Amino acid sequence: MQINYFDQADSRTIQIFGDLDAASAINLDKAIEQAVAQQKKKLLVDCTNLNYISSAGVGVFMSYIKEFEERNITLVLFGLSPKVRNVFQIVGLDTLLTIAATEQEARKKL
Amino acid sequence: MRRYHHYYKANARKESLIQIREFVSAALKNLMLSDIENNQLVLAVDEICSNLIIHASQDNPNQIIELNIKDCNDELIFEITDYNNDSFDPNTNYQTPNLQKLINDKRKGGMGLMLVSRIMDSVEVRRERGYSLWRMTKKFLRNNP
Repeated sequence: MQINYFDQADSRTIQIFGDLDAASAINLDKAIEQAVAQQKKKLLVDCTNLNYISSAGVGVFMSYIKEFEERNITLVLFGLSPKVRNVFQIVGLDTLLTIAATEQEARKKL
Repeated sequence: MRRYHHYYKANARKESLIQIREFVSAALKNLMLSDIENNQLVLAVDEICSNLIIHASQDNPNQIIELNIKDCNDELIFEITDYNNDSFDPNTNYQTPNLQKLINDKRKGGMGLMLVSRIMDSVEVRRERGYSLWRMTKKFLRNNP
């Protein structure tokens, strides 16, 4: 699993490549934590190359929902494959997180 | 009707999870399941193995876990064995978590077994001295006659 990020205007985009599981979820957590520490208020997560996600990966996103509400940080995920999106649906987080189909659509939600 | 039996042994380390997923995916390959169905079954096995590796074996490469996948007509049986005395027992310790509470508590975990129970038709654990056996079943409509 690999994570890249880049900043564009006032937003940060985190790109995830590969599998997000119990071994690798900590890397996503660190990337989000770093963005928060750097006062980023608009976060995009590009899941176009995310092949697999387990509860450990979903749990990272879940753990920030409350904090982002409190700190007025917007998080939008985009580019999820149907099988990855299905995992969010099974636990019921697809309606509690902001998920867009494309980057263009995601930027409109920021 | 032919019945297939797939066996895999892995070191109980988190780095083994990717190989475990590849094994499950390969075992399911001939069943012509949809991408989502296949992923759900891989996920359920991954969740149990993750729990066992992290909580029972404590990511110890000297420990092993074993997987058996049996294709029995219209039912798939997944058996996962670990060799610890202190395996987590959902029969006594598990309550379905409240999602809103997990969010409010800023929890990162707590959803694994919820996922497994929503994906599989049955989940049972048998604990014996020195090992525990997780047995999960999933009925499916066979697409390839």
